[in-house]
Amino acid sequence: MSLNKVSRQAMPCQDPKSRATNFTEVATGYSEEQALLEASRCLQCKKPLCRQGCPVEVLIPDFIKLISEKDYMGAARKLKEKNNLPAVCGRVCPQESQCESKCILGIKSDPVAIGRLERFASDYEIAHGCCEQEKAPATGKKVAIIGGGPAGLTCAADLAKLGHAVTIFEALHVAGGVLMYGIPEFRLPKGVVQTEIDNLKRLGVEVKTNMVVGKATSVDELMEQDGYDAAFIGTGAGLPYFMNIPGENLLGVYSANEFLTRSNLMKAYQFPDHVTPIRIGKRVAVLGAGNVAMDASRTALRLGAEESIIVYRRSREEMPARHEELEHAEEEGVKFQLLTNPIEIIGDENGVVKGMKCLRYELGEPDASGRRSPVAIPGSEFILDVDTVVVAIGQGPNPLVTKSTPGLELNRKGNIVADDSMTTSKPGVFAGGDIVTGAATVILAMGAGKTAAKSIDAYLKTK
Amino acid sequence: MYPIVKRRDLTSGIVLLEVQAPEVAAKAQPGQFVIVRSDDKGERIPLTIADFNRETGTITIVIQDVGYSSKMINTLGEGDAFLDFVGPLGLATDIEKYGRVVCVAGGVGAAPIYPIARALQQAGNEVITIIGSRCKDLLILDEEMAEVCDQVVIATNDGSVGVKGFVTDALDGIIKQYDGKIDHIWAIGPMIMMKAVVEFTRPLGIKTVVSLNPIMVDGTGMCGACRVSVGGETKFACVDGPEFDGHLVDFDLAMRRLTYFKDEEKRASARDNCGGGCGCH
Ligand SMILES: Cc1cc2nc3c(=O)[nH]c(=O)nc-3n(C[C@H](O)[C@H](O)[C@H](O)COP(=O)(O)OP(=O)(O)OC[C@H]3O[C@@H](n4cnc5c(N)ncnc54)[C@H](O)[C@@H]3O)c2cc1C
Ligand SMILES: Cc1cc2nc3c(=O)[nH]c(=O)nc-3n(C[C@H](O)[C@H](O)[C@H](O)COP(=O)(O)OP(=O)(O)OC[C@H]3O[C@@H](n4cnc5c(N)ncnc54)[C@H](O)[C@@H]3O)c2cc1C
Ligand code: SF4
Ligand code: FES
Repeated sequence: MSLNKVSRQAMPCQDPKSRATNFTEVATGYSEEQALLEASRCLQCKKPLCRQGCPVEVLIPDFIKLISEKDYMGAARKLKEKNNLPAVCGRVCPQESQCESKCILGIKSDPVAIGRLERFASDYEIAHGCCEQEKAPATGKKVAIIGGGPAGLTCAADLAKLGHAVTIFEALHVAGGVLMYGIPEFRLPKGVVQTEIDNLKRLGVEVKTNMVVGKATSVDELMEQDGYDAAFIGTGAGLPYFMNIPGENLLGVYSANEFLTRSNLMKAYQFPDHVTPIRIGKRVAVLGAGNVAMDASRTALRLGAEESIIVYRRSREEMPARHEELEHAEEEGVKFQLLTNPIEIIGDENGVVKGMKCLRYELGEPDASGRRSPVAIPGSEFILDVDTVVVAIGQGPNPLVTKSTPGLELNRKGNIVADDSMTTSKPGVFAGGDIVTGAATVILAMGAGKTAAKSIDAYLKTK
Repeated sequence: MYPIVKRRDLTSGIVLLEVQAPEVAAKAQPGQFVIVRSDDKGERIPLTIADFNRETGTITIVIQDVGYSSKMINTLGEGDAFLDFVGPLGLATDIEKYGRVVCVAGGVGAAPIYPIARALQQAGNEVITIIGSRCKDLLILDEEMAEVCDQVVIATNDGSVGVKGFVTDALDGIIKQYDGKIDHIWAIGPMIMMKAVVEFTRPLGIKTVVSLNPIMVDGTGMCGACRVSVGGETKFACVDGPEFDGHLVDFDLAMRRLTYFKDEEKRASARDNCGGGCGCH
């Protein structure tokens, strides 16, 4: 047994000081040597617990075995049997709470670095040309996919492999969803996402960008007039929430979506070569403490902010961001103003942010979710000196599609109601990803896309 | 790609482009807008739909060069194409039979007003349109407008044609002419002009709709860059508008929000004037 012989291989990263000033990927990826060492740690369990922690049940020991046999292309192919976007997942999945949290090695020492190995194999594939993907003969059935995020991309790929004619309708000028507009280049290079989308096109999937469903067309129109036999809605959680406090429309207050979209999708970090501007002050407050907030605060530093401060109502333990992202943010110099909540944003005579009135909080009794709920300390008001505020407190469902689709059952929050098979209340219409669950993760959206593809295939056979 | 099939120079700095975009043309309604991008490094620029032709599958836009991206677009001609052209976005104008209506256009605002005036006329309204510009040479679309309106009044700041003064002076004349019996007003143009019209009609109690043009990014309700305050509530102009009841709009906030990127806009424009490498940006 190789237990404890080799320790878990650390991910090589750019030095925090220099990386906080550039948009190049932070984690540079395993070398072949490291990948082989890490792969050798895997026990090849007969009943691999890791797989139970993976929402799409990637054949984990199998692909790791192929890496240790130096069949990297084979490893990539093995990954793709279950996961259409392994190069993305290897980078952004919260493995620490999924596969790696279940790995048997984790009981006595560190779990196998499954995510890093996943990334290694898929990067190898991207660098050495993609492996062939098999495709069933054409069925003559047409499926419309609405929204080109991870849920839609996955559903599209699986349906195309089954021989269906698939068209993705995407509102923005590129597909990819949050992978393109939200998650920054330094965490997920856009070239990696584009490669995955190009692979999809090679499978015969048609990608129609600049198509806002609910405006240029509608679900009913696609199905009744354009001959689509089924539709999958994967429009995500794209509606930014604000705090509803005074001063939120001042100049210098961005939603995280606007801030990140300017920087990532529109490449404002390359302004003025790319023409979309982004203005960044000296002191930036980011409200919230999830992955979105971490991405915004780290982006602010890279865009030249002198100080980037996460402002969060609860304490460090309750922060919803991935541990690795939190750590990276801290290393790069992001500051944390915890147990603090803003009550007003204050502007100067030109209506530009000059400060934020905040209250201090302390932790009270645990609430229903088990988290200790924050309680405001009376009279603790103070002014945080900032000139830019990024609101990253969450996103809801965008109503453009749901409102224009009669017969689609929604829940109280406006999310689409779908059962375990991703079937909605409307015949022939399936849905999955953030539009069903509310803001969640890439892999859960992909899992939903996969399940929906199976259900759609079954549905098409009955037609 | 979305090919440009026609270019017409309306006046100095204002160009009309007819663009092949069948999916947009099939659905476009007066009051809606598109977002365009000329190339891979370009901004997403919102422009109102000035006309649409469902048969030819084309959309007409009219664009004034006010900064880097609009100047770029105004160099395009027949044979060129937009890389991206998305729409129709926003809500359509509420077209119904109101009675006697006045459409007030300032500068390039004549372009978006045109399909609205036409639709209002087709719906059986008596349509009076006021077009304002600084001088005769900058006046646009007056002949086209005359074809679809019952009456066209022109106002120029220097009096080189029509009424001398602002659109509000011409509006004052019309309201007096009809003894205040105006059922509905639309005003589209620079924020400052829309604000003036709204302040003018407020005491008269004539419903006045304006079309707001805040800074936008996606145009689908995803970013909130376009937020405006209407009746004390925050609205996203791209999905809740762009038309709003003018008497409820906080124009001072809307005007301020338009200035947020002005330093960057100057840098973008400077880039081409100096050719780069000079250290000025
Ligand atoms: C900044 C940020 C960082 C994140 N970091 C992580 C992370 O590290 N790890 C992780 O697992 N998850 C992360 N997440 C969450 C993850 O990205 C989402 O859960 C996931 O992208 C959801 O996928 P989806 O396909 O449901 O929706 P989305 O990715 O939101 O895609 C929806 C797509 O539908 C399109 N669309 C919307 N409306 C229409 C319409 N009317 N017509 C046509 N198209 C439409 C949108 O333009 C978009 O392309 C992050 C999210 C954000 C915002
Ligand atoms: C719904 C809507 C409809 C519009 N319709 C028309 C039209 O039919 N014809 C026309 O000529 N113009 C129209 N505009 C305005 C046009 O979009 C801007 O003039 C253009 O974006 C300016 O870009 P620029 O780079 O040339 O100028 P910049 O140098 O960037 O800015 C010049 C001015 O334009 C404003 N501006 C900058 N970026 C934007 C943006 N993304 N959105 C809106 N305003 C911005 C700035 O505040 C500044 O006052 C419309 C705007 C909106 C929101
Ligand atoms: S649980 Fe851990 S050791 Fe076992 S197969 Fe999975 S990764 Fe390998
Ligand atoms: S432009 Fe982004 S929400 Fe309106």
